[in-house]
This record gives sequence, structure tokens and C-alpha cells, in this order.
Amino acid sequence: MEILSFFQYGFMWRALIAGSFTALICAVLGVLLVLRRLSLIGDGLAHVTFGGVAIGLFLKQHPVYVAIPIVMASSLGILRLVEKARLYGDAAIGIVSSIGIALGVLIASVAGGFNIDIFSFLFGSILSISEAEVLTSILLSIVVLVIVVVFYYENFATAFDEEFAKVSGIDTERINALLVLLTAVTVVLTMKIVGILLTSSLLVLPPVTALQVARSFRSTMATSAICGIASVVAGIFVSFLMNLPTGATIVILNFLLFLAAFTYKSLTRGSTK
Amino acid sequence: MSIISVEHLRFRYNSVDVLRDISFDVSAGDFIGLVGPNGSGKTTAIKAILGLAKQTNGKICLFGAPVQQFTEWHRIGYLPQKLVHFNPHFPATVREVVSSGLFSTKKFPRRIRSEDRALVDEAMRVTDVTDLEHELIGQLSGGQQQRVLLARSIVNRPELLILDEPTTALDPEARENFFALMVELNRTRNVTIILVTHDIAGIGKYASKLLYLDKEVVFYGSFEDFCLSEKMTKYFGKFTQHLICHRHGDS
Repeated sequence: MEILSFFQYGFMWRALIAGSFTALICAVLGVLLVLRRLSLIGDGLAHVTFGGVAIGLFLKQHPVYVAIPIVMASSLGILRLVEKARLYGDAAIGIVSSIGIALGVLIASVAGGFNIDIFSFLFGSILSISEAEVLTSILLSIVVLVIVVVFYYENFATAFDEEFAKVSGIDTERINALLVLLTAVTVVLTMKIVGILLTSSLLVLPPVTALQVARSFRSTMATSAICGIASVVAGIFVSFLMNLPTGATIVILNFLLFLAAFTYKSLTRGSTK
Repeated sequence: MSIISVEHLRFRYNSVDVLRDISFDVSAGDFIGLVGPNGSGKTTAIKAILGLAKQTNGKICLFGAPVQQFTEWHRIGYLPQKLVHFNPHFPATVREVVSSGLFSTKKFPRRIRSEDRALVDEAMRVTDVTDLEHELIGQLSGGQQQRVLLARSIVNRPELLILDEPTTALDPEARENFFALMVELNRTRNVTIILVTHDIAGIGKYASKLLYLDKEVVFYGSFEDFCLSEKMTKYFGKFTQHLICHRHGDS
């Protein structure tokens, strides 16, 4: 009966739709990020968003519109540090994210605080999604998926062997830039919708789960997307039935999926030896 | 016509000369053994030729075009040094990896079509990896991975094949088979080959020319001339030169 009552609530439908689309794009982008060792870029860019939102509020502009170009520029900054300064991805993300959060704190301090809770822009809730936000997540998903499909082979080649990709005539710097820019826009827009905890976990956990069991690059993408969507749908149901926080439930379910895949891989590897 | 033309190439890294005033030409049909000691600049020279490392000075032309403006990458096959440039846990099958060698032949939006399947099948057959086509690249041995990457470098039927230490992960039998395949590609398909190796005696048996680098061109000519070269006698000492050439004669 409780399951049936679930479908009476519009906010549940909106959470299911927006959550599934968010999971889909995060899972697909996440595979490419994890394979390039940029898994933590979601977390890093979230910190930059904090700075961007603070600047927006300080300038009395819409914080998200100000944050988007700042976060996009920061994502390119991370890439530059990796390519030109020859830093590891995690170090580059650490530098940019700490500058982002320091900037946010400084501006908030100089402004003497804001009337709006700055954190509400970072920790959106999947159960309080508006119809406009559902539409945003659908449109964003379509744009991201079309770009990933069109540049599928370029992304494969660049992620697998960047040097060979260059000798194949692929502009790897542009492909890398495209990936981090898509990630930046995804992080800012979905963070407001589902919260930073969920966005950054959906960028990492479904891809690493898929990597445990996948048999090809294509199947890794598909498995990652299925894991992401399944965890969001199941998480919304479970949190509703057990009265638990939805975002955190989805993250834990994702982790359980990873554990199951890891155990399966360990057992099957053991049986083939 | 020169396939590769290198004029006065100089490459500096952190204020240290890696390559000094290198000049040489490679003609169509040549099989060049690029040899030299560790740190002699062999890999840097290869990367400069392919535009992967920006030279400090000098001019490099590929098929008559300056490397900075070169766009006909489908004419070149490349096998990078060792297996350091890819993540061994990457979830790609052997077929996916070999197919990626065809990307240079595609225009945007790049797609692998059903008619490409025959080319991939042939490259896998020639390199003896057909049985592994559905295996993940990371689950193969070093020698198998090397053969898969070789298949990737020849799947586009290149006119120029550049191989950077391709035999390091191969056992002696596999190494001989590998060299035999190179000779076949060179003689029957007229593929121009540049093969980087430490094994002067081993490559001397197959290559039409040796290019000996030690930050500069020390020798460029046939193996026979290499063995008779007084310059190389002074460079190596008579005993070492004799060992290299005698081993070659034995084999």
C-alpha cells in the first residue's frame, strides 16, 4: 500500500525523472573522468561553485549564472595544470578547489554575510525539485549524451592512449576541454537540483562499479548508466519507505552495488584460476 | 621522394641538449634501425618527427609537409615505447583497441563501419591475436599486449610505420617472428619502417640502414658499412664492434 501511495506525490515523480537523468549523465561522464584519473573533479568544482555563488550574491546577480562561467574556467584551469604544469589530476583539483572555497569565504566575509543561505545553492534536495529543474535536467542530459555519442571514438582514443590519439589526428586537448566543460556545467546545474553529495558520488561510484564487471568500453558505459539509474530509483523508493534521507540512501545503495560487483569479480577471478 | 626529412633538429629539455643538430632523410621503402645507448635521444627524435615533442630548432617534414601542418595521419602507423601510455585497467577489448587504429582514416564524425571489420580481422590475423579479440587488453601478457598494439599500428595499412622498442616484451621466438613480419611488410607492401631498438646486432640482420644516435647522428648507413666504419671502431672500440658484427654474422 505504501508503495502505491508513492505514486500519488508529484514531488516523487519529479525526483525519479530528474534523478534518473542526472544519474545517466553523471555515470557516462564519470567513466571518462575515472579513466583519466579525474574522479574528484566533481568535488573540486563544487568547491569552486561555492566561490562562484558568493561572487554572484556579492554582485547581486543570479548566483548560478555567475557560477557557471567561473566553474567552466576553473575546469579548464585544472586541465591546464595537468597538461602544462605536469601535475597529477588530484593535485590540480586540490589547488583549484581550495582557491575556489577560499575566494568564497573571503567574499562572504567582505560582504558581511548574505541574506540568502549560500549553502542552499550547494546542497539542493532531490525531493524538492521544481518542474523547471526537471526540464533543466532533461535538456542537459540530451545535450551531454549527444556530445558524448558524437565524440565517442575521440573520447575512447584519448582516454585509452592520448599519445596514439594525437598521432591519429585527434585534437586531444579539445576533447579533454570538452569533457571537463561538460562536467563543469553538469556539476553546477545538477548540484542545485540533487545536491553536491549526490552529484559527486554519481560521478564516481557507478563508473567504478561498472569497471569491476564490464567486458568492453561500450559495456562499461552501459553498465555504469544502469547502476546509476537503478541506484537513484531504488534509493528514492527505499528512503520513502524507511523515512531516510534520499541523497544519502542513494549513495549507500551505490556503494552496496560496488561491493557486490567487487565480490563477484573476486569470486569469478578465483574460480578461473 | 623523402618520406621523412629532418634538418638541423635540435631539442633542449630543462636547458640540457637532448638532440644536437640532427639531419637525415628517410626514403620510401627504407627499413631503418634507429639505435643508440640509453638517453641518446632516440625516443625524443621519434616524438619530434611525429609532432609529439616540439623541437627547439630545425625543420621536420613528413611526406613533404612540415610536421606542424601535416594532416595525413592515416599514412602513418605508430607503436609507442613500452606500454606506459595506457592504463592497464582500461576496459577495452582487443578488437576495440585494434579498431582504434582506424580513427586516423576517418573524418568527423568518426565511425567504425561494418566494412572496416575485414581490416581489423586481417590486422589481428597477421599479428596472431585473433583468438584474443574479446579479451580485455589489461588481462593479456606483456607480449600479447605488444602484438595487439602492433595490430593497431598496422590496421590502417600505413605507408610509414614507426615502432619504438617494440620487442622489449617479446621472447626470442616471438622477436624473430616479429622481425619476419616487419621484413614482409617492408618488402611485399613497401612499408617504410623506422624501428627503435638497443639490439644493434639483432636489427642489423633485417634493416636496410642503421641510424646510430648519441644526441647527434654518429652513423647513418648499411650494417656492412657500420661494421667497416673506422668512426664506429673509434666510438665502440674494436672488440665491441667485432662482437656486434660477429654475432650478426653468426645469426
